[in-house]
Amino acid sequence: MINFQYLRTTSVKTALSLLAKDKNSKFLAGGTNLVDLMKRGVTTPEKLIDINHVPLKQIELIGNKIIIGALASNTAVAENTLIREKLPLLAMALNAGASAQLRNVATVGGNMMQRTRCGYFYDTEMPCNKRQPGSGCGAIGGFNRMHAILGTSDKCIAVHPSDMCVALTALDSVVVLANAKGERKMLFKDFHRLAGDTPQLDNNLKADEMIVRLEIPTNNLIKNSHYLKVRDRASYAFALVSVAAALEISDNKITDVRLAMGGVAHKPWRLTASENFLKGKEATTENFEQASKLAMTDAKGFGENDFKLQMAPNSIIEALTIAKSKA
Amino acid sequence: MQSSDKEPNLGDSRRDFLKKSSLITAIALTPSVAVKAAENQADERFAELFEKIPLNLTVNNKAYTTSIEPRVTLLDYLREELHLTGTKKGCDHGQCGACTVHVDGERVNSCLSLAVMNEGKKITTIEGLATGTELHPMQAAFIKHDGFQCGYCTPGQIMSAVACVNEGHTSSRAEISEYMSGNICRCGAYPNIVDAIVEVSKGGKKA
Repeated sequence: MINFQYLRTTSVKTALSLLAKDKNSKFLAGGTNLVDLMKRGVTTPEKLIDINHVPLKQIELIGNKIIIGALASNTAVAENTLIREKLPLLAMALNAGASAQLRNVATVGGNMMQRTRCGYFYDTEMPCNKRQPGSGCGAIGGFNRMHAILGTSDKCIAVHPSDMCVALTALDSVVVLANAKGERKMLFKDFHRLAGDTPQLDNNLKADEMIVRLEIPTNNLIKNSHYLKVRDRASYAFALVSVAAALEISDNKITDVRLAMGGVAHKPWRLTASENFLKGKEATTENFEQASKLAMTDAKGFGENDFKLQMAPNSIIEALTIAKSKA
Repeated sequence: MQSSDKEPNLGDSRRDFLKKSSLITAIALTPSVAVKAAENQADERFAELFEKIPLNLTVNNKAYTTSIEPRVTLLDYLREELHLTGTKKGCDHGQCGACTVHVDGERVNSCLSLAVMNEGKKITTIEGLATGTELHPMQAAFIKHDGFQCGYCTPGQIMSAVACVNEGHTSSRAEISEYMSGNICRCGAYPNIVDAIVEVSKGGKKA
């Protein structure tokens, strides 16, 4: 690993002022993705600002919002009683991700900031528009079994690997960002970006900002919610396809619904057209099938990942069916 | 949680140093016999300029104070500096779990944790589990149930297994497997590892 300077801070204010001093500096939280990328020489920051001691670990209910600090660990959130009661979809998604060891140190903010990536991004001998803009995409025409089928670009077809972010996208979460002047809020679904012509950018966080907390509205989608993750082995693998599904059902009519997918796009993918179709309809298999087809309207495969064109709609139907069946 | 208001003292950054220095070009232009000496000298000078960070931490109930380059991982610090080689380096990328240790009682991959991030923390490694010559119940259970073949992943498996029991994720064999999935065993001793964990968890006391 190329050496770097290490700084430690205990406040948001100092963290932001240290960040402003050097444009090649990065915040260090759990380090589970950043340290790994530094070992591979994929990223080479000059300074790391350790923010693990900044007091942003709160998990609390304020009014009708659940507030989660950016530095709460994935384990702390997944095991939290409030989260398990009010946002079981989020707890399920978190527990589907990584391993117990990684979840113990990985933070909410760090999970959001992990790179959208693939094997070509990690291999510094290969072309990758995300790592080296303009160098080409190794995955298009290459090994692309894990790659995107929705919102793709001719520059990059990597997927965002987070499970947590899929659930947060479905749950209408809001992310609060801070810079030296103050705070701003952004819908979680707008935080991550599609690759487009700028695959080097994974999200809309500005260079002088840090994530400070999430605000998640409480809802009535508690009982009939499910996070389905389809992967190559039973545990500790990235999703081929994942689906966060939550239903509110009254007299067998769907009064509210949330759907988002992982493993299919450069960002967590909200299924708005499918949701709009399902609202007010009966919770039947036929309607679930129709909704799954709407989600695939613009999907396209790249060869090795063509199987996802069938796996994704099947997974949507399966997730909705399981969510509906929960008593 | 430990916290410290002290910001480590900062000198020139490495790249500022490189920009200022003509040492690299000097090496390139020097005949080969002199190169080795110059390289050694360069190593020493670089070592001084890579700011070392003071580090205080406790490993297996013993306090250590050192100063260390920020790029050194907790795994490398334990193995190379403290010579606690029970903690294994497998993949070195957080994918195999061979490097699992406890930090303030929680299991982590020491290969992805920088040593300097562990200021003030209490680390427990496989060497710290036994009490004198008396094995920890999980160590004894691994032996009894033949929870290994080659043994390379075993220290990480045992550290993870102890944490798994302490966390209470032992309600079924399936739950144990799920919460042990961060530890890979190429020999495939998984069923026996689960047997060992089931036995310890049924012992009813904290592992």
